[in-house]
Amino acid sequence: MAALIRMIAQRLALGVLTLFIVSVVIFFATELLPGDLASTLLGQAATPETVAALRRQLGLDLPAPVRYWNWLTSALQGDFGVSLANRRPIAELIAARLGNTIFLALYAAALAVPLALILGILAALWRNSVFDRAANAGALTAISFPEFFVAYILVLWLAQSGYFPSMVRISPVSTFGEKLYMAFLPALTLTLVVTAHMMRMTRAAIINLMAQPYIEMARLKGMSPLRIVLRHALPNALAPIINVIAINLAYLITGVVVVEVVFVYPGLGQLMVDSVSKRDIAVVQAIALIFASAYVLLNLTADVLSTLTNPRLMSKG
Amino acid sequence: MTGEVLLEIRNLVIEGRAGEEWLRILRGVNLTLHRGEVVGLIGESGAGKSTLGLAAMGFARDGCRISAGSIRFDGIDLRMASERVKRGLRGKRIAYVAQSAAASFNPSHKLIDQYAEAPVTHGVMSRAQAEKDAVAIYTRLRLPNPEEIGFRYPHQVSGGQLQRAMTAMAMACRPDLIIFDEPTTALDVTTQIEVLAAIRDAVRAFDTAAIYITHDLAVVAQMADRITILLRGEEVEENDTRAMLAAPRAAYTKTLWAVRRFQRADQPPPREAPLLSVRNVSAAYGKKPVLHDVSFDLYPGRTLAVVGESGSGKSTVARVITGLLPPSEGEITLEGASLPPDYRARTRDQLRQCQMIYQMADTALNPKLTLRQIIGRPAAMYLGLRGRALEARTRALLEMIELDPGSFIDRLPSELSGGQKQRIGIARALAAEPKVIICDEVTSALDQIVQEGILRLLDKLQSELGLAYMFITHDLATVRAIADDVVVMQHGRVVEQGTKAEVFAPPHEPYTELLLSSVPRMDPDWLTNLLAERAATD
Repeated sequence: MAALIRMIAQRLALGVLTLFIVSVVIFFATELLPGDLASTLLGQAATPETVAALRRQLGLDLPAPVRYWNWLTSALQGDFGVSLANRRPIAELIAARLGNTIFLALYAAALAVPLALILGILAALWRNSVFDRAANAGALTAISFPEFFVAYILVLWLAQSGYFPSMVRISPVSTFGEKLYMAFLPALTLTLVVTAHMMRMTRAAIINLMAQPYIEMARLKGMSPLRIVLRHALPNALAPIINVIAINLAYLITGVVVVEVVFVYPGLGQLMVDSVSKRDIAVVQAIALIFASAYVLLNLTADVLSTLTNPRLMSKG
Repeated sequence: MTGEVLLEIRNLVIEGRAGEEWLRILRGVNLTLHRGEVVGLIGESGAGKSTLGLAAMGFARDGCRISAGSIRFDGIDLRMASERVKRGLRGKRIAYVAQSAAASFNPSHKLIDQYAEAPVTHGVMSRAQAEKDAVAIYTRLRLPNPEEIGFRYPHQVSGGQLQRAMTAMAMACRPDLIIFDEPTTALDVTTQIEVLAAIRDAVRAFDTAAIYITHDLAVVAQMADRITILLRGEEVEENDTRAMLAAPRAAYTKTLWAVRRFQRADQPPPREAPLLSVRNVSAAYGKKPVLHDVSFDLYPGRTLAVVGESGSGKSTVARVITGLLPPSEGEITLEGASLPPDYRARTRDQLRQCQMIYQMADTALNPKLTLRQIIGRPAAMYLGLRGRALEARTRALLEMIELDPGSFIDRLPSELSGGQKQRIGIARALAAEPKVIICDEVTSALDQIVQEGILRLLDKLQSELGLAYMFITHDLATVRAIADDVVVMQHGRVVEQGTKAEVFAPPHEPYTELLLSSVPRMDPDWLTNLLAERAATD
C-alpha cells in the first residue's frame, strides 16, 4: 500500500511538471499568433495613443516572461484573470461551461462504458459468431462516420420526429431529469463514437488471454464459458481496458467541440473555439490548462486502477 | 489391481488441424484404467501423451478433434455426452494437474479461491467447508503453513509448493480420476522428490485412480502400477511397471532404456595451463548478492559441468564470464590475461574466444533469418569472411553439425525440429572459432533421444577442435555422461569441485549427496527406500 501511495505521489508530481510545461508551451505559442488584442478591441478608430494606453491597462506592454509569471501565480490562486474580450472574470466564465462539459462527458461515459464492456465481453464469449461480427461491424460503422454526420443522422431520426430536442438549452435552473432529457442526443452521439474503441479493446484483451494455461485449467475444472470469461480472463485483462477507457474519457472532455456546435451545447469546447477566433488568449490558456489537467488526472487514475487489479504489483515493495 | 473398470478408451483417433489438413495425433489408442489404479503414460514430445490425458476428460484442445473411437468413464460415453454433462464431470470426478503450476494458476486470484472454485461451483461443499478441507489436504501434501498458504497469490509461492497446491486443488472434490501431466518436469530434483512423495501419498490415501504423464522413465517407475508407452500417437507397449522395467519387449522401449548409456571416454588429467579461470568472483543483481567468491578453471579439450538447482547462480556465472554482468569482486582470465569485466570494453577477439549456446533454441534464433544468415553473421563479423569464403565456411559448419548444407542452408528456424534448432545454435557458436563454449542447459528442453544426439555431437566437436566446454545443467545424468570436471553450486557458492570421479565418489559434501541421491532411478522401490532412509537419518 505504501508503494501505491508513493507511486501516486510520484505521478502527481510528474503531472504538475507536465502541466507546467504545457502552460509554458501554450503561453508562448499564443505569443506567436499574429495581431494584437488592443488594436483588435479598439478597431479601426484607434489612435496609437489609445492603443498604447489600453496595452498598458491590460498589462500587454510588459515583457512576456513577466506576464507569464503574473498569470501563473494568479492562476495558481484560482484567479485566471478577466476575459480580454468581455472583461468578465474567466473563472466565472469557465465554471458553468466546465460543469456542462463534465455533465455531458459523464453522461456519455455512463452509457458508453457499460455498453462497450458488455458488448466486448459477449463478443469475446461468442467469438466468430454472428453476434461478434455484427457487434464489430456496427461499432466500426459508428466510429467511421464523422461525428457531425452521426449527430445529424440522430437529429433526423430522433429530433425531427419530436422525441428529443435537437438544441440543448440547459440553464442553471434545469432539473437533473430535464438535463438528461435535453442532453440525450449529444450523449448518444458521443456514445456511438467512443464505444467501438473500448469494445474492441475489451474483446481483444480477453481473447488474448484465452490461450493461457490457467484458462484451460478453468475449463478442465468444469467452469462454464461465461464464468471463465468473467472470472478468469477479465480480471487479467483489466489493465489495457482501463487505459482505453481513460483515453476515451479524456476525449469526451476535450474533443467534443463538433458535437457541442451541432447541438448548440454550452460546453468548454465551444468557448475555446469562440475565444480563439476572438483572440481572447487568457481564456484559451485557461481552457487548455483544464484539458491538460483532465488528461493527466485520467491517466493517473488509469495507472492506479491498473496497479490495483494486479496482485503481483500490489504485493511488491 | 482388479477393481472395476473406471475408464475405457477404445481405438481413439484424435486429429489436429495443420493449415488445411487434419493430421492424426492419436492413431487408435486403447487405455483401460481400474479404480484406484495409476497408469503411467510415457513418450517423447509429440507422442500424444497430453492429448490422450485430456481425452480422458472428454476434452480436445482448440484445433483438435476426436474423430473416432470411444471414451467411457464410469459408464458415461464422453464422446457423446453434452458439454453440460462433461462440465459436471470435470473438476468434480475427473481432475487435471498441469505441467506448469505457475502458468496454470490464475495470477489474479488467491490459491484458496481457486481451490474452492470447483467444489463450490459443482455443489460438492460450501465455501466454508472447502476452506476447512483445503487445510487438511494442504497438510497431507506437506505444504508449509497449511492454515495460511491458501490466502496467498500464486506468485508468492515457490514452484514446488505451487505444484503441490495444484494437486491439492485437483483433489478438492475427491475425484475418481486425476490426470497428472508432467507435474514435476519443471522442478529441481530435490523439489521433485517432495512433490512425487506427496502426490503418491495423497493418491493412495484417497484411492484415486490416476494417469501419470511423463517422459521420465525413472519417475514413472515410482508412481505407476502399469506403464503404457506411446510413440507418434500409437501404443508401443503396455505392461505392469515391474515387468516392463525388468524385460522391455518392444524395440522402441529398449531404446528408451538405452538413452542414458552415452558416456564420454575418460580424459587424462589436464597437463596444460587453464584456458579460462574464474578467480574469486562475487556478483550482485542490484543490491542482491548472487555469487560469493566463486573460483574454478576451464582446461582446453575438457568439459566442466556446473551443477546446481535453480537459483544457485550457475547461469549468473556464465553472465559474468561473458561480461554481461560485471562482477563486484574478482576477475576472469583468458589464457592468463585478465578480461575486462564489461563486454563493451573487450576487444572483438576477446569476445570471439568465448561463445554461448542457449537453453531455448526456439527463442535464441532470429525467426526472420535463414540459417545462412544466422551462421554466416558471426563468421563474417569475427573472421571477416565474405562472398565465396563465407559460403564455403557456412556449408562446412552445417556439415560439422550433421545437417545437409544443400537442403538446409536457406531454411528458416521455423522449418526445423527442436533438436535441429539446437544444432544451429551450436553451429553459430562454432562460426566464431572460439576456444570456450558455454552451454547453458542446452539439452534440458529436448527429448532424451534428441538429447543424446546433441551430447554426442558436442563430444565429437570437442575432440576434433579441442574446445573447452562449460556445461551448465541441473541434470546429473547429463553430468555423468559428458563431464570431466564438476563444480557443484548452491546459493551462489561453490560447495564442491574436482574431477568427475572425485565429486561422484563418496564421501560427498552433504549438498552433493542430497543432489545425487535425489536423481530418480529406474528401480520402482527407489522412492520408497529413499524416503525411509531419509526418515531414519532425520
